[in-house]
Amino acid sequence: MGLQVENLTVYYQTLKGNVQALENASFNVADGEIMGLAGESGCGKTTLGHSLVYLNQPMKFIGGRVLLNDQDMPIADMEAMNDFRLKQISIIPQYAMNALNPTRKIGKMTAELLESKKVSFKIIKAELERRLDLVKLPREVLNMYPIELSGGMKQRMVMVLSTLLNPALLIADEITSALDVASQKAVAEMLVEFRDQQCCNSAIVITHDISILYQIADSILIMYAGQLAERASTDAIIHSPRHPYTKMLISSLPKVGVRYEEKKLSGIPGKPPLLLNPPRGCRFKERCPLAFEKCDQVPPFEEIAPGHFVACWKESAKNAQA
Amino acid sequence: MLKLSNVSKVYKVGAFGEKELHAVNDVTFDIKDGEVTSLIGESGSGKSTIGKMILHLIPRTKGGIFLDETDVSELKGAALKEYYRRVQGVFQDPFSSYNPIFKADRIFNMIHDEFYPEVSSQEWDDRIYDALKAVGLNPEHVLNKFPHQLSGGQLQRFLIARALLLDIKLLVADEIISMLDASTRIDVLNLLADLKSRHSLSILFITHDLSLANYISERAVILYRGCIAEMGVTEKIFTNPMHPYTKMLMASVPRLDQRWEKADTVVEQTLNPMGTTAGCIYYERCPLADKICAQAKPKFVEPEPDHFVACHRVAEKIS
Repeated sequence: MGLQVENLTVYYQTLKGNVQALENASFNVADGEIMGLAGESGCGKTTLGHSLVYLNQPMKFIGGRVLLNDQDMPIADMEAMNDFRLKQISIIPQYAMNALNPTRKIGKMTAELLESKKVSFKIIKAELERRLDLVKLPREVLNMYPIELSGGMKQRMVMVLSTLLNPALLIADEITSALDVASQKAVAEMLVEFRDQQCCNSAIVITHDISILYQIADSILIMYAGQLAERASTDAIIHSPRHPYTKMLISSLPKVGVRYEEKKLSGIPGKPPLLLNPPRGCRFKERCPLAFEKCDQVPPFEEIAPGHFVACWKESAKNAQA
Repeated sequence: MLKLSNVSKVYKVGAFGEKELHAVNDVTFDIKDGEVTSLIGESGSGKSTIGKMILHLIPRTKGGIFLDETDVSELKGAALKEYYRRVQGVFQDPFSSYNPIFKADRIFNMIHDEFYPEVSSQEWDDRIYDALKAVGLNPEHVLNKFPHQLSGGQLQRFLIARALLLDIKLLVADEIISMLDASTRIDVLNLLADLKSRHSLSILFITHDLSLANYISERAVILYRGCIAEMGVTEKIFTNPMHPYTKMLMASVPRLDQRWEKADTVVEQTLNPMGTTAGCIYYERCPLADKICAQAKPKFVEPEPDHFVACHRVAEKIS
């Protein structure tokens, strides 16, 4: 049950060739799990999220399989996916809150959206109002235009919209990043509440802000330059990461209470490779302090402890000895 | 060195400009020599407006901004140019700070033509090299390139290098690292702290991120809807927040060492949008609000040295 992704590979087609944005991704999201997906910009996290819902040009499906509740998802077929979108799998794209139709009242827009999915607005109205209460929005918002709402309110409205048909999987792309800290906390906590109330079965939360994930996610998947780097429970990623990239990333985050005079943090030197012609093997090797000859081959995404997957030759060697 | 006294910025809004929006309301604080002062606030708190007023990009409505006793807002012509030799700004989006048609190093040549026409090209090139090295870039790799060929971190360092060429005393850094990736932002932050101690630079660090502010600054000013809620030594504010707003902020910041407490988060209500009230600006959201809070503006009290709070309830407690 839940979501199973096997060897998913998605490229972007450009005039110069294929941009290898997502390479051989395999992971599971269990029923009722909130998985965080984190990484720097350009690491392929948004590509992964979008390819599960709306794999449009210039994205190109290369290979792999996606199973949702043991059912094969035809992600490469835009037409066939229509039956799954919003009902089975739903996405809150980045900046969705700014994409509400400015010429329609929110209630009208919701009705039109449901109509396109052949669901009656009248039947669902009671549930919609219950959901609005859940996110602490007054019911009058249905008679308001998007411009009358603040950013946090719009984001909560979008969350209600995208989970209205109880999808099995919700993909939330950067839903907290444009908000103030107080609304950020409210939105993040409501996402957990949605899961607890079964408004969505499991969720993938895409963000660059790892400290938000520490608050709400059950597990975290770290990506680097189109490859999966590490996947483990939230506590394991934050407190005992194994992949060198995760280690350096976590240690570069300033924590509340750490000050420059007392403890100088350091970033990761270098920058991510271009994915048009990525280096062979592990894509982190150019910035990795531990890199050796074997890193010219792609490291396997290996389970080194129960539920803890790492793609690193050093860790897999340690694991083999143990 | 730079002093803001009772600075306000009022925008006329509405179809006929009949309404007033108080973006910054009676703000007084100073930036000391060789210190990093953080200006912390949510969006709409007026933090960028203050930065722009200091940089003379928008006029102030009331009050005065003084750099060593001269009122900045009155400066014109040659005097204003002299001011820009000493005070410079770097902004949030490095990509929109450049003209994409020209090479990125054009910004250095513009400084040369405008401010140092007497310096020979040879010597100017040497100065550019020194400035780029000071911000941790290798001049061979970054000169003669177009903006799109450089990363966000590199472009942001370019802008800091440009400011250094002018031998500045105060740098206004408006959200300069919020667009950068986690692995590079800490390097830019370290660079700022490093420049501060080497060039005895004062920095006004405008941010919404409390942990970054705590990391780098000696002093912090917490702004809420145009008014200062709390200010003082950073350490005291962070270890012992007193204003209810600061407390709420501290509790909402996602941390890596501690999970959010299961308390009811206060969801924003529709607030009086114009920022005008007879009482405390935080009254509508404050859990401790009392009658007096609606009637009178709170004055600053100093519950401990170098720690100022504008709150009636804190004032009651210490008196």
